[in-house]
Amino acid sequence: MQITINGRNIEAAEGSTILQTARREGIEIPTLCYLEGVNDIGSCRLCVVELSGSEELVPACNTKVKEGMVILTHSERVKAARRMVLNLLLSEHYGDCFSCEKNGDCELQKYCIEYGVETTEFTGARKEKNFKKKDAHPFLSYDPDRCIECQRCVKTCSHVTGRGAIWLGKTGMFSIIDAPFGEDWKNTLCESCGNCAQACPTGALTVKRRKAYRAWEVEKVRTTCPHCATGCQMDLVVKNGKIVDAVGADGPSNHGLLCVKGRSGSFDFVDSPERIRYPLIKNKATGEFERATWEEALSLTASKFTEIKNQYGGEALAGFACSRSANEDIYMLQKMVRTVFGSNNTDNCARV
Amino acid sequence: MTNTIYDITHESDAILMVGTNPECAHPVIGMQIRQAVARGAKLIVVDPRDIDLAKQADIHLKLRPGTNVAFANGMMHIFIEEGLTDEKFISERTENYEAMKEAVREYTPEKVGEICGIDPDKLREAARLYASADRAPVMYCLGVTEHHTGTEGVMSLSNMALMVGKIGRPGCGVNPIRGQNNVQGACDMGASPNQFPGYQNISKEGIVEKFEKAWGVALNHKEGTKATDCFPKMINKEIRGLFIFGEDPVRTDPNTHHVIKALESLDFFVVDELFMTETAKLADVILPGISYAEKEGTFTNTERRVQRIRKAVAIAGEAKPDTWIFTEIMNRMGYPQPHLTPAEIMDEIALVTPSYGGISHGRLDSEEVGGRGLQWPCPAADHPGTPIMHVGKFARGIGYFRPAQYVPSTELPDEEYPLTMMTGRILYHYNACAMTDKTAGINEIAGESFIELNTLDAKSLGIEDGEKIAVSSRRGSIQTTAHVSEKTRAGECWMPFHYIEGGANWLTNDALDGISSTPEYKVCAVKVEKL
Repeated sequence: MQITINGRNIEAAEGSTILQTARREGIEIPTLCYLEGVNDIGSCRLCVVELSGSEELVPACNTKVKEGMVILTHSERVKAARRMVLNLLLSEHYGDCFSCEKNGDCELQKYCIEYGVETTEFTGARKEKNFKKKDAHPFLSYDPDRCIECQRCVKTCSHVTGRGAIWLGKTGMFSIIDAPFGEDWKNTLCESCGNCAQACPTGALTVKRRKAYRAWEVEKVRTTCPHCATGCQMDLVVKNGKIVDAVGADGPSNHGLLCVKGRSGSFDFVDSPERIRYPLIKNKATGEFERATWEEALSLTASKFTEIKNQYGGEALAGFACSRSANEDIYMLQKMVRTVFGSNNTDNCARV
Repeated sequence: MTNTIYDITHESDAILMVGTNPECAHPVIGMQIRQAVARGAKLIVVDPRDIDLAKQADIHLKLRPGTNVAFANGMMHIFIEEGLTDEKFISERTENYEAMKEAVREYTPEKVGEICGIDPDKLREAARLYASADRAPVMYCLGVTEHHTGTEGVMSLSNMALMVGKIGRPGCGVNPIRGQNNVQGACDMGASPNQFPGYQNISKEGIVEKFEKAWGVALNHKEGTKATDCFPKMINKEIRGLFIFGEDPVRTDPNTHHVIKALESLDFFVVDELFMTETAKLADVILPGISYAEKEGTFTNTERRVQRIRKAVAIAGEAKPDTWIFTEIMNRMGYPQPHLTPAEIMDEIALVTPSYGGISHGRLDSEEVGGRGLQWPCPAADHPGTPIMHVGKFARGIGYFRPAQYVPSTELPDEEYPLTMMTGRILYHYNACAMTDKTAGINEIAGESFIELNTLDAKSLGIEDGEKIAVSSRRGSIQTTAHVSEKTRAGECWMPFHYIEGGANWLTNDALDGISSTPEYKVCAVKVEKL
């Protein structure tokens, strides 16, 4: 079907929304509560557009296209409405950006800058309620003062991870996100995966270590999770040569999701104080390991294995590969066993 | 896996899970199974425990551990009895069906119900649900393989899928949800005593010669010893020198006392490691390697998808790339192996491994692949990879029914050791914990070993939930904390194997599968006592 967006004639697919059609055509419409395929409740109203023949502005995220629609995505009326939305959201969004871990990576901040909304003209009613921050969980924290009730976390937990550990609750006239990170976190359904935090557009629901870096201080390195064989794609977040975080990337087997091990257990070990950083040779007399040079350790290894091979044959030697390591490593390990140990006594931990 | 994670979770009408707990062991697959249930896919869970997904299942067959072959034979008996078989598929694409029919004749639902400890009518329901769904995958994991008849268990699931024609199509297949990040790749790369890279059998004519030519050196033509069979050979001095790259068998192999004795019997023992593991402590030399975040390379996931890992950081000290270590040893032992980059090594892999023939780092990083990896078989640089196997034709040509008979587990409970113990993974740790236990928050959530006991057993022993208790088998004794619930059946208990303190493998049985030499981790007899 044919529609018109900002004066351009566009071929739109039956059943698609205004937002999907616009994005496909490279026309940016701001969204906050919208999360593709997960949340299109249209509650934030930031994505409103002007529709010919309609008195009211309509949300682009959940309004389906119709033949002949004429849409304006950035008219003065639309921009004024978006400024009002941001103004109202800010009135319930407390705390300053400088102390927020999402500073520079916050969608609310981004749109406020884009629409020139630096302060709010209104006084929010929630502040008096003094909703408490929930941050007893080892990895995750929820700060209601920064929450815009977009429900992206709620829908991610219920529809994407399928866990349903975060709820939309009510306290009097206020909606409140019931996040399972309070003192009773051990008795909740939460699996600590943190996909909720990755879905949060503001600094309300965060991974606690997010405090250690700002978006502009880091680089991201795309890699594959080192734990199970799902093969989740993720970005290691690197600041000053140290890994400070891991975030889910859109891979074919994980679609942006991670579990607790991938998000929170995949990098602390890398530069852990417990890493072995130098070759070690055991002193036979004391039974203690002593630091050695590579030359000493490799010479000893090669000479002892050669000695055994010469005396007892290659079949007296064996070498096991690690199924946590890379293909290239494993290929070379089995090549080593076959070419110089002189046996086929090579295996990996697939059996155990 | 014959299929992809996406198609079995997004394009299936029913899912049959046998001995797999993906919510803990493969959580992101678990999340996608929950999505599948939410969109209306039916779920059958075959597992001795009330795993969380069992609560969402249409049918949960809470069978006795070690009875998978009987279960599968019972399913097939019902397919035949109720006319649920796919005769067209059987006649066009399979062989040995008559022998299969004969083999399952005696496995009536009533008999199987008795062996497995399940309701025969629920087995009938499961058979009907799986067979009559248009698209239904079988997913399985270590609950099937870690038995002395594990290989027969796998073949039985394959027989089942063949009989109802659920293979070679989206949303179907026989899908092992493999364990470690690169266990698929480790097998693909030929770290195997009887196979060179790409499952090229040593016993097949011309294969050893092929590698002798590629590597320019004479090779041993005799099949090697499987890792689990190496340990007894260390004790009797047939194996005297061992190089372990990154494994921690002291923690992860069964019968810990026996493993330690074997490693201590070696004349010379070298470990390439990141950490001072329980195994590394026994070494003569430790060579410090580097982790996935410090190197370039590839992992192959459970759906045969080869994906990149990339260097993010370097750490202080003298740790070296593992391929550098192996190359140095090769040179010092007389084989002139040049130092190659990981990309160059992958080029060599592609040359000698037909299924990886079209895979290179350059291609994996290209726009064409778009960060989606390549699924083998990928025989040529212009081949798009193979998401679903056995479409139209099986890898071996015709699908073969391989009948198997139920044989009870090696060590059954008796008067002295009256409980059957299973082992498995929890959500928060991975295997030997060498990586996950470096994260303080993970240890705060799941820092200690425990045992799941059935309420009736706990009551008869006067044990309370949370009580510290002793657990013993013929091989060892440990102390751990009792978690009392209905999760396991009466007479059965379960322990995670991650921990060394109060670790399950001090107790487990090193009886091995007759074909794969995989240990029977899932069944051993134990006794539980108050302290």
